[in-house]
Amino acid sequence: MSLLMAILIGFLYAVSIYLLLRRSIVKLVIGILFLSYATNLMLFFTGGLTETSPAFTDIASTSEVVTASDPLPQALILTALVIGFGVAAFSMVLIYRFYKESGTVDLDELSEIEKS
Amino acid sequence: MLGIVPASLFFVFLSKIPAVGRGDAFKEVYPWLSDLGIGFSFNLDGLSMFFALLVTGVGALIMIYAGYYMRSYQKTNRFFGYLVFFMAGMLGLVTASDWITLFMFWEFTSISSFMLIGFKHEKTAAREAALQALLITGGGGLALLAGLIMMSLPYHSFSIEAVINDPQPFLQSSLFVPATILILIGAFTKSAIFPFHFWLPGAMQAPSPVSAFLHSATMVKAGIYLLARLHPVMESQELWIYTLSVFGVVTMFVGAWFALAQQDLKKILAYTTVSALGTMVLLIGTSTAYSVTAALVFLLVHAFYKATLFMMAGNIEKITGTRDMNQLGQLNRFMPVATVISLLALLSMSGIPPMIGFIGKELMYEAKLNAPAAGNFILLTGFLANAFTVFVSLRFAYGVFWGKKQDFKKQPHEPDVSLLVGPAVLVFISLLLGIFPNQIAGLLGSAFQSVLPGETLIKLKLWHGFNEILLLSFLTVLLGVVMFVYRKAIIRIVCYLNSNYFNLKLSQRFFTGIDVFLNLTKKKTAVVQHGYHRFYLMTIFIAAALLLILTMPAVDFQFDFDLKFDGLSFFVMLAAIMIIAGSIAVIVAQSRLVALIATGFVGIGITIVFVLYSGVDLAITMVMVETLTVVLGAMVVYHLPKYLNYSGVGSRIRDGIVAVFFGFVMGFLALQTSKPTTLTKISDYFVENSYTKAFGENIVNVILVDFRALDTLGEIVVLALAAIGIVSLLKLNAQKKSSR
Repeated sequence: MSLLMAILIGFLYAVSIYLLLRRSIVKLVIGILFLSYATNLMLFFTGGLTETSPAFTDIASTSEVVTASDPLPQALILTALVIGFGVAAFSMVLIYRFYKESGTVDLDELSEIEKS
Repeated sequence: MLGIVPASLFFVFLSKIPAVGRGDAFKEVYPWLSDLGIGFSFNLDGLSMFFALLVTGVGALIMIYAGYYMRSYQKTNRFFGYLVFFMAGMLGLVTASDWITLFMFWEFTSISSFMLIGFKHEKTAAREAALQALLITGGGGLALLAGLIMMSLPYHSFSIEAVINDPQPFLQSSLFVPATILILIGAFTKSAIFPFHFWLPGAMQAPSPVSAFLHSATMVKAGIYLLARLHPVMESQELWIYTLSVFGVVTMFVGAWFALAQQDLKKILAYTTVSALGTMVLLIGTSTAYSVTAALVFLLVHAFYKATLFMMAGNIEKITGTRDMNQLGQLNRFMPVATVISLLALLSMSGIPPMIGFIGKELMYEAKLNAPAAGNFILLTGFLANAFTVFVSLRFAYGVFWGKKQDFKKQPHEPDVSLLVGPAVLVFISLLLGIFPNQIAGLLGSAFQSVLPGETLIKLKLWHGFNEILLLSFLTVLLGVVMFVYRKAIIRIVCYLNSNYFNLKLSQRFFTGIDVFLNLTKKKTAVVQHGYHRFYLMTIFIAAALLLILTMPAVDFQFDFDLKFDGLSFFVMLAAIMIIAGSIAVIVAQSRLVALIATGFVGIGITIVFVLYSGVDLAITMVMVETLTVVLGAMVVYHLPKYLNYSGVGSRIRDGIVAVFFGFVMGFLALQTSKPTTLTKISDYFVENSYTKAFGENIVNVILVDFRALDTLGEIVVLALAAIGIVSLLKLNAQKKSSR
């Protein structure tokens, strides 16, 4: 299934970039969400796809747990997910404030405001 | 009081003369960047000694002078700081035995010169002159650095001695020509050689002690020092000889010519300095025993009389409030001692016995007569330049100390003793050495050995007998006097020629060039820093994608195409369809709420992928995060205006192409990373020790809370900060409302 996963990752990246390049700040924030989806999936994919074998170790055994999925990428993604949530929440409130202050959600207009 | 330091240094150096004369070398080596062949090292040989004595000796006298002179100025502590800094730089420069060390001190002198020229920083002219001097000498310094590095490349070391002891690797290297040209640019900018000479007259904005010290006796001689130091390496090279001769002659003549009609005392002195520097370059380039002796003697002579005259010009300005020749006159009545000192210095400048200036000029003529090539032309130009100098000296003496009677605002008086000590000592030495020139033969001899090894110093004497050289000297003075008799006509002609034909305006052109450059960079910045986030991002993405392509190994297309529709794979396909459908919905959505919900949909699709491939913890977290994000987003979006399409079709297609391109690259990258590797996994450690050391069965959890606990702490801090940020952003609003 690695081809399918690769296609999925590439697709998510493409969507994310497309959204990031929009002028609307709402789409920009959604683009950030997609960027973290794509990256998390990519990290997950690099750990190898292991079916139905979560990274648990047997109480009795001490070392022979080779079949379990790779725990390190998962730990990394878990951190990234939480941080990503922090970023998403913050940026959402930020666009709210941005709109309240500037009265626009168009980023090009912001550049104009800055210049004048 | 500050004079004590340079004075004691002067005597220290003086005490080493006999040892250096015997050929003993004083070396100080400190390791610096030894891997690059750079050492912080110093060496005291004859030439270094000669310059070091000049720097400390004149420096001590200038300090005494400046101590009194600067009393009327503000913030003199800074001034003396810069001056001492400069002196240290200059001493380091002339004693360095490593090119990088030399370069560092070279830059010290440029920087301190900048600060000192711009000392009266409230004046625009002073600031401009300082900037001009810094840009020219600093730019030359960069050229010098490049040249020195090129020169040192064949040696794998930056030692000066290495090049001088064995010049062949450098002379035969392919970088010989560019290195030589760059080094010459460095030396010429520093020593105000045409066409870089114009910063020196501008530098007269500096207080007089600075002009006397930096811009006559020491800093401008740094370029001469460098040329003299490198001369043994280059003496057989035509490029070196011809460049020095041509630029030397031109500068000698141009400087003398522009000195003719100046009205400002310090400008007169500045242009004659330019002429003198040109003469020294020419003499080094002529490369005979006569010429090198002449160069060394003339350097000493010039430092003495020019420092004296600059100090006297400062005195005159201080007492009368002007240094414009037209507003000065009859000063001999008010300051007889100063008049005598100035006259003696002017005699030395004109090359009239019994001053040492006479010996210098005699040697110069002798050198030019014996010049190997183009002797007659050089002799003629030199003759004219010297006659101009005589004329200028006469004009200076007559115009300031005799001439018309002027009405001064306050009665002029004799300058203070401390203002006269320095000039008096220098003039006295000039006179003494003129009569007993062989007192310095030892010092000059060892300096001579450093410049032109294998030859011997020409014997110095005041009286050469009646010969053609004496005749030349006599004719020079005669021409100067004749010119002086017809001075009004001559000055009118020179002014006419200068304003109509020789109006080079190099200084203005220099600043115009700077302005053009600034405008260019402004335009360039406007292009690069356009202020549109989309294009910044686009640049980043395209660059990242291209770099990834460059670094990616050749792709071999061996994927498993086993799209089985049984069991697990069926669910994976389902999740993929969810993700793709959700993403498309986000892109085409016309309502912000739909877009948000579709985003959540995609998130759930990814969660399913996590579940299917054994990422249980991930799935749990993801569900929570997605839910919270969508809820929060819905709350925010509620306050925002309707979704609008801001972009046209064209930009959508363009962005689409960029996005697809980046997506493709990332997809390939993912495929590359998924290939099985033989590298040992870091995870193995966690798997093995999860239970034995941390007593946890869920390895992911154990990693987060045990092995990488600090990371998790950091993560919590990030979340807390985000929360604080959110609260403060919202509160800010409430406060504003209440204040309204």
